[in-house]
Amino acid sequence: MHAPRYGVQVELALYRLKNWLTSSSPYLMLLGFVLLIGFWWLSVEVWKLPRFAGMPGPTVVVREWLSRNPEFGLSIYTPEYYLHILTSLQRVMIAFALATLIGVPLGLILGWSQAAREYIFPVLEMLRPIPALAWVPLAILMFKSSEGPVIFVTFLPAFFATALNSMLGVHSIDENYFRAASCLGAKRWQMFWHIVVPGSLPYIFTGLQISIGLAWFSLVAGEMISGEYGLGYVIYTSYTMVSYPTIVIGMITLGIVGYVSSAIIRIVGILLMRWRSRELGLDGL
Amino acid sequence: MSAVAKKIEQPRLRGAIRIEEAVKVYGDPKTGVVAVDRCSFECPPGEITMVVGPSGCGKTTLLNAIGGFHSLTSGAIYLDGELLCGPGKPQAAPGSDRIVVFQNGALFPWKTNLENVIFGPVMQGKLTAREARDKAYVLMSDAGLSGIVNEYPGQVSSGMRRRVEIVRALMNDPKVLLLDEPYRALDALTKSVMHESLLQTCYRNRVTVFFITHDLEESIFLGDQVVIMTSRPCRVKKRLKVDLPHPRDHTTRTTKRFRELMDETMETVHEEAEKAFALGDREG
Amino acid sequence: MLAANMPTSTGIRTMRRAVIAIVVTLIFWEVTSRFGEWTGIQIPFMHVIPPPTRVLAAWYTLLGDAGYWQSWYLSFLRVLAGFGVAMLIGIPFGMLLALSRIFYQITFPPFEVLRPIPPLAWVPAAILFWPTQELSIAFITFLGAFYTIVINVIGGARSIDARYVQSAISMGASRWTVFRRIILPSTLPSIIVGAAVGMGITWEVVVAAEMISGGGSSMGHGGSGTGGGLGFFIWNSYTGGSYEQIVVGMISIGIAGYVSSSAIRAFGNLIAPWLKPR
Repeated sequence: MHAPRYGVQVELALYRLKNWLTSSSPYLMLLGFVLLIGFWWLSVEVWKLPRFAGMPGPTVVVREWLSRNPEFGLSIYTPEYYLHILTSLQRVMIAFALATLIGVPLGLILGWSQAAREYIFPVLEMLRPIPALAWVPLAILMFKSSEGPVIFVTFLPAFFATALNSMLGVHSIDENYFRAASCLGAKRWQMFWHIVVPGSLPYIFTGLQISIGLAWFSLVAGEMISGEYGLGYVIYTSYTMVSYPTIVIGMITLGIVGYVSSAIIRIVGILLMRWRSRELGLDGL
Repeated sequence: MSAVAKKIEQPRLRGAIRIEEAVKVYGDPKTGVVAVDRCSFECPPGEITMVVGPSGCGKTTLLNAIGGFHSLTSGAIYLDGELLCGPGKPQAAPGSDRIVVFQNGALFPWKTNLENVIFGPVMQGKLTAREARDKAYVLMSDAGLSGIVNEYPGQVSSGMRRRVEIVRALMNDPKVLLLDEPYRALDALTKSVMHESLLQTCYRNRVTVFFITHDLEESIFLGDQVVIMTSRPCRVKKRLKVDLPHPRDHTTRTTKRFRELMDETMETVHEEAEKAFALGDREG
Repeated sequence: MLAANMPTSTGIRTMRRAVIAIVVTLIFWEVTSRFGEWTGIQIPFMHVIPPPTRVLAAWYTLLGDAGYWQSWYLSFLRVLAGFGVAMLIGIPFGMLLALSRIFYQITFPPFEVLRPIPPLAWVPAAILFWPTQELSIAFITFLGAFYTIVINVIGGARSIDARYVQSAISMGASRWTVFRRIILPSTLPSIIVGAAVGMGITWEVVVAAEMISGGGSSMGHGGSGTGGGLGFFIWNSYTGGSYEQIVVGMISIGIAGYVSSSAIRAFGNLIAPWLKPR
């Protein structure tokens, strides 16, 4: 009964693609990128404006990035490049997984139980304003390993964002759903599983997207201060070792990896909440 | 008509509601807002009782008290002779013998219509999932809903959603259906179709219906009894029996008796509506 | 629906529970921190953290230290500078993006492409570009708050109900009047939210930048000099071995950040009173 749907979805996607290509959107977008990269190229390599003199220009960066024998050691052909990416990814994934596994249930409980909220929330609110990176020295003292502080500092803001958004998610559920469920004879734990969890999912996923961004944000700083390997470390050391094009390679890689991880979460959310896409008439992404 | 014949066949009627001097005050008992002021009336079992009044007058409070979501400050409500809430027990516990259908609908958007419908019996463990599904298919096709069984509530029209919600309630064999202005947001054309559909369902099920509305025509068309409430604080202003014959359909609205009943009640309702307008209350 | 009056006993109960929770947490902290001293058994993680009583003692002595207050002053200055510029540029930029379709189509894609790059990744680039360290820190701070503010402004401006605009135009309003009297006030709540969140991010960035430029000594221009600020204070306390001061610094920044965000929210309630919850 659902099979014909997918054929329709593909047609719809192609139709939208055609409309987009024939509108002015893609060309204006191209113009935007041309302006950005053009300005970069012109100011550094052509006009050699005073402030921009010491910086690497786009041709230098691209050449370095795609060369088989990079002058400063990192390109898409060197294994170290992928080692750094993987190290950063691993740290973010661990921190994010912990933040989600602890933050979502905690947030849901805080939303569901008035008593839990009145006891626990004040303590969390006292800890939250402390910036994640202010924890670095304490974390270095607390964790013996070198990975510990970085992962901890990455975990913290992600955890707070996830827990807070999950809690808001529970509060966002219309009270009438709970009333209807109690009319229909559901017990408290059944209400939690059948109403609280699915009802909070939209907010939970918004929170997850925010927290992956925060995780990358803290990770980079943490790696700059106290890590070995990883993209933040690369950017930091490239500066000290005067391998400037590598700085930009690191930045661009960070941007790509960050965007992809955020997109993956968004897609997982859409898949888990198929009732919303159907409701809002969005087919696919 | 066989539906009418069935109506006569089932003698056992349940769901008699008796409201005795119900009072609800929000806030301090002496200085707070009086929502309900000594309301008393009865809803005969198996019949449709329409409760009409201007917006914000406290009818929903009464419904919620029966449903178990609000407490009474004083007075009592009985269901089939047993105390639901009253002295010593100011608030009833919600249960599947009195199921509420809410104004804006409360079908769970993240479950399909079928999953919604089987929710009650499955949660209570009264039926297995398979048995519940079988029963659901029957009830839904009776109500003309077989086509949307596997869709999500958000994908179908609000009229269909109301019907699914009523089926969801009926799956649990409730004694009373508490309807809180369920058709308020629908356009007039859909509404008249929904009315006929509701009557058909009632002919099949003989459940007691407590239906809140502000629409006088709706109440005379659907009801066996109409209770007209005053503006806040709400009291019973007038009760009348609607002696239009069953089965009714849309042609009933043009009969002479229908217009007579409308004339009888129109002034009363209009008076209260003007009072509520002057008060400037937000809708309940 | 008639709102039920909330009895004040609930409010008191909430406060009582909060106080109990915080007191219990502090006791827990004190005990686990000192446990090693009392019994010789060291509780993992907690034993390296100085107990609250010692932290308070250290704080008390710091209150008379001019350097401590100067750290506050420097950090606040940096936060206000970066945040201020981010608001000045971000709000108009965001509005332009929301209101002009063409501008959006040209500018938003590059903006979105740059946004996932964490602000701190720009540190070396900023140092190469700006002549002084202060300006590089200010630039990074600006970036952090800028993205958040722009995104919030776009969201706010876009969600304006078209009917408000249409009814104004049908009553004869000019484009400028529509902008000033409808679009601007409607976007105000989103601007405030963006500002409050952006303020939090600004503090994060300032602390990080101060730690990196103090901690990563090769980053500074000539070693010391223009460092300072609360982030630097924390790092310095760490390298100097005065661990109580680390905690003092952390709590100080927490308070500073909380006060700044609350100030923004209070200011927001002042200029947009129609939003206050009933």
